[in-house]
Amino acid sequence: MVTIGVAPADSRGAQPPLGPPSLEHVWAALAGVPDPEIPVVSIVELGIVRGVAWDGDRLTVKVTPTYSGCPATEMINTLIREALVAVGIADVAVVNQLSPAWSTDWIAPEARVRLKSYGIAPPHVVIGRVDVTGISPLRRARVVVRCPRCESLNTQLLSQFGSTACKAQYRCGDCLEPFDYFKPH
Amino acid sequence: MTFDAELFDYLQRLGDTDVVLAQRLGEWVGHGPVIEEDIALTNVGLDLLGQGRMWLSYAGEVEARFRDQGRSEDQLAFLREGGDYRNLLLAEMPNGDFAATMARQFYFDQFHLLLLRALTRSADPRVAEIAAKGAKEVSYHAERSMDWVIRLGDGTEESHRRMQRALTELWSYTGEMFAADAVELALADAGIGADPRALRDPWLVSVAAVIDEATLALPTGEWMQGNNGRGGKQGIHTEHLGHLLAEMQHLQRAHPGAQW
Repeated sequence: MVTIGVAPADSRGAQPPLGPPSLEHVWAALAGVPDPEIPVVSIVELGIVRGVAWDGDRLTVKVTPTYSGCPATEMINTLIREALVAVGIADVAVVNQLSPAWSTDWIAPEARVRLKSYGIAPPHVVIGRVDVTGISPLRRARVVVRCPRCESLNTQLLSQFGSTACKAQYRCGDCLEPFDYFKPH
Repeated sequence: MTFDAELFDYLQRLGDTDVVLAQRLGEWVGHGPVIEEDIALTNVGLDLLGQGRMWLSYAGEVEARFRDQGRSEDQLAFLREGGDYRNLLLAEMPNGDFAATMARQFYFDQFHLLLLRALTRSADPRVAEIAAKGAKEVSYHAERSMDWVIRLGDGTEESHRRMQRALTELWSYTGEMFAADAVELALADAGIGADPRALRDPWLVSVAAVIDEATLALPTGEWMQGNNGRGGKQGIHTEHLGHLLAEMQHLQRAHPGAQW
């Protein structure tokens, strides 16, 4: 069983081979699957596809959930099957992999740019996790979020939860527009 | 009890608390004071439901090791009687007003975060990975409920009064979170579970600081519900759980095996 942990940089447009598609073609097919909630980002760019491997005639796709209760999980599994059937792979096992837990640090750099132009402030990169046990929550640092429209840092948190669990709602104090912030996770 | 039976019991405690609190939060759908909070309450509920499913799925697998057959997450959630539920009493408390919901959430979130962070070091890799996943989500729950305690406490006279009343009324349900019984001690000894007694001091540091910032008074009552080994974790519940389960389980009871 051969496992590839990361997607090749750009494998789109290659010739379809005879016989079972190569893993490069599998990754290219998966790169065409948009996230159902944030369609400007593919599931590969989102970092939730953790590996693909052939096991005989069966293709195993390892997927990690963004959030435990994410209602898009089952839809994503269906979209993965459809995208792979479209390139001739019928026997697909979508395996749920929990560990390591998904992190927004896995979102591809080009996807962060696209998030911003879509009006969603991209997540900060999590440098390290500090054990704050026993420290008052009031003394824990909070990030400053830049407005994706006007670049202002004069922004205000409205709610920790937006239209999906992965986003918070903010308001810009300068351009006065509300916007979503993809929470670091 | 065999060790697997104890682990099964422990996993139900973790899962049932999540599922019951998720159901409570779900009752807010369409009733939130403003749309942002309606959405936030149900997002928190959704996270808890997702975590509860993972705990109960694992519980069912562990059950299969010492019984002929293990139950699925759905069978556990929808077909057990109240006396078989192992959730914390705090989780089954009625929603009350928005202050009561947020006070309940605040007490629980601060505990939940400490518990999950401790469980990320579990010797059972499955426990550790579910906890690691959950801890990330709960850090946002904790930030939000803390903000609301401060906002309502340090808000108007009316919001201050209501938040103080909620914190005081729910206080006696917090002791159970930190009381250890034989099951929890066995799991902690094995390095799989967390000793809840060790979580009380850091919890109190956080809770007291937030309540102080909110210009509220830390409740002082020492008598606690269910911390004597006869509480929710042992299957002894308030009358509220039965009503909650009647609504939650109704469909599966009326139409056994129904699926989407």
